[in-house]
Amino acid sequence: MSDLGSLFIRSAFVENLPLTQFLGLCTFLALSRRPGTAIGLGLAVIAVMGVTVPLNHLIFQYVLAPGAWAWAGLPEIDLSYLRLLTFIGVIAAAVQLVEMILDRSFPALFATFGVFLSLLAVHCAILGGSLFMAERNYNLVESTVLGLGGGTGFAIAVVMLSAIRRRLAYADLPDGLQGLGIAFILTGMLSLGFSSFAQMTLP
Amino acid sequence: MKLWTTLTEPILRQNPVTLQILGICSALAVTTTLAAAITMSLCLTAVLVAASGIISTIRKHLPSSIRLIVQIIIVASLVIVVDQILQAFFFEMSQRLSVYVSLIATNCVVLGRTESFALHNKPLSSMTDALGNGLGYSLILIIIGSVRELFGHGTLLGYSVLPTVEQGGWFEPLPLMLLAPSAFFLLGGLVWLIRSLMPKQVETPEHKLVPAEEVPG
Repeated sequence: MSDLGSLFIRSAFVENLPLTQFLGLCTFLALSRRPGTAIGLGLAVIAVMGVTVPLNHLIFQYVLAPGAWAWAGLPEIDLSYLRLLTFIGVIAAAVQLVEMILDRSFPALFATFGVFLSLLAVHCAILGGSLFMAERNYNLVESTVLGLGGGTGFAIAVVMLSAIRRRLAYADLPDGLQGLGIAFILTGMLSLGFSSFAQMTLP
Repeated sequence: MKLWTTLTEPILRQNPVTLQILGICSALAVTTTLAAAITMSLCLTAVLVAASGIISTIRKHLPSSIRLIVQIIIVASLVIVVDQILQAFFFEMSQRLSVYVSLIATNCVVLGRTESFALHNKPLSSMTDALGNGLGYSLILIIIGSVRELFGHGTLLGYSVLPTVEQGGWFEPLPLMLLAPSAFFLLGGLVWLIRSLMPKQVETPEHKLVPAEEVPG
């Protein structure tokens, strides 16, 4: 149990996707101007990563991994080079599905973060989560925890950045730093803060 | 002449990383050493040029409702080819780059250029535009990669430039340069530098400060 807990902490803080792995930075910087949108984006990432990483794990293990076709008498087949194409397809389909379910059953929730969902079909953090899962050979429970933890880490980071940028909206910055420049420097400072989590584990 | 401007424009003036905010994800992760940065730039430029050429060739037969998925599949297939080539001939480098080569598939530079340029232009000019954007991306990667390797290890491409204390020299390597935050600071500084040199790129702030004597009432 504590293994899973420390895996969650590790994927949310120590290996925070945008701040230490540089994944998902495009949306991280583009949609962090207001806390409201940042919260919506964060929730959407948690939901999509929580669904797609375990789903990709199942597909990887039972269809693509070397030896997965042994039951059919084809033990030498190794489809793992197809994982990139498969993961992208699965993520795009899952995003579409989550979107439809939300639209049907929870219209209020859909209105809050529905627009971000379609953006997430090609999002490096989500694809990165699935690729890390495949590279490190996690099992089903571990990949679910990895997905949820990674999504939570992304959400925390993007909400923090948006809060700081909100404060800085009234600051008198040098012209060249306006907008993108200061966002990078702030991200660097957040990342410096998050690097202090590096040695953290659950007791 | 027009081709020449298409090629040179994205290198500095319309740089994909510092102005269009595209493809930052991979730009930072692989730049701890110059060799990794150069490999990544080559892979991205190759994929970008090939994808632009293919998509621009079939652009008239592509229904707009499925164009995104077709583009993604073309790009992902090219990335798989590049990844397999790296694993076959440069195994150590492919281990170092880990998942980031695969992540070229979701790199916004590639989709951004194919979507906004290759779908509306002839193959030759699309490929030129792709090459220009690839070079602009490479320029940023190589600058950041060389600064980080030079100050983090005291070497460039593995050759010792600043003799470190360990080897009997005078240079104390800065471990911060190898960590994630330095990449953000360097890129932020680079954006600042480029925008100071080219004031046209400066973003207009949401709220402008008004000097006290001009405040009405």
